[in-house]
Amino acid sequence: MLSCKEATRLVSQGLDRRLPFGRRVALRVHLAICDGCTHFKKQTEFLRRAVARLGNPAAEP
Amino acid sequence: MDDFRSRVERERSYLLRYAALQLRDPHAAEDAVQETLLAALAGEATFQGRANLRTWLTGILKHKIIDAIRRASREAPSASADEFEALFDERGHWVEMPAAWTDPDASLEQKRFFAALEACLQRLPQKISQAFMMREHLGLDTDEICKELAITPTHCWVLLYRARMALRECLEKDWFGAKGK
Repeated sequence: MLSCKEATRLVSQGLDRRLPFGRRVALRVHLAICDGCTHFKKQTEFLRRAVARLGNPAAEP
Repeated sequence: MDDFRSRVERERSYLLRYAALQLRDPHAAEDAVQETLLAALAGEATFQGRANLRTWLTGILKHKIIDAIRRASREAPSASADEFEALFDERGHWVEMPAAWTDPDASLEQKRFFAALEACLQRLPQKISQAFMMREHLGLDTDEICKELAITPTHCWVLLYRARMALRECLEKDWFGAKGK
């Protein structure tokens, strides 16, 4: 069973590479039962959308 | 091939224990094993005819471990990977679970949000923000970032992880947490 600390690392790495199969499964199991890490995941994905728009006059309001 | 793959995959936990024992760093160990499994799958032909798969895999892993140790000594451990230690208890669970952000995408329509985001980015240590901006703003992949910053993939993932942890905290404090007040 992954700890939240490990899960957050995997969430982050998952944004940068395809995780090995075993890690992917372990993370999915963890996220299914952990609200904190699920929020963390959504927030890192949001960060990606936000930073992509940063300093882009067409996309920034 | 698939049979070979599953035989190799079955050795993963043994190899992990072996690597963790020597590297003392579960993430470095995980990486060394992953590299070993990839090398093994690519080198199936080399294995043909040898007696013991585990011995052969361990031989490859030893080289990966040596590489990892060399790299670790080159990249003098920065501050320690555990600057976020306080966020987790001794069992690795959140001390304070991240709460949901309400309608974050609405913030993307607000100029003040981007000012807050920029202020948070500026508070990151330089190398961390460089890596993060290369990844998330310029859209480079980790390989390219490694090359540019002359760091290993593992180090790169650590930098990106720190950036995300710090930015999440910062936005939570300065934007999402403050919004409702």
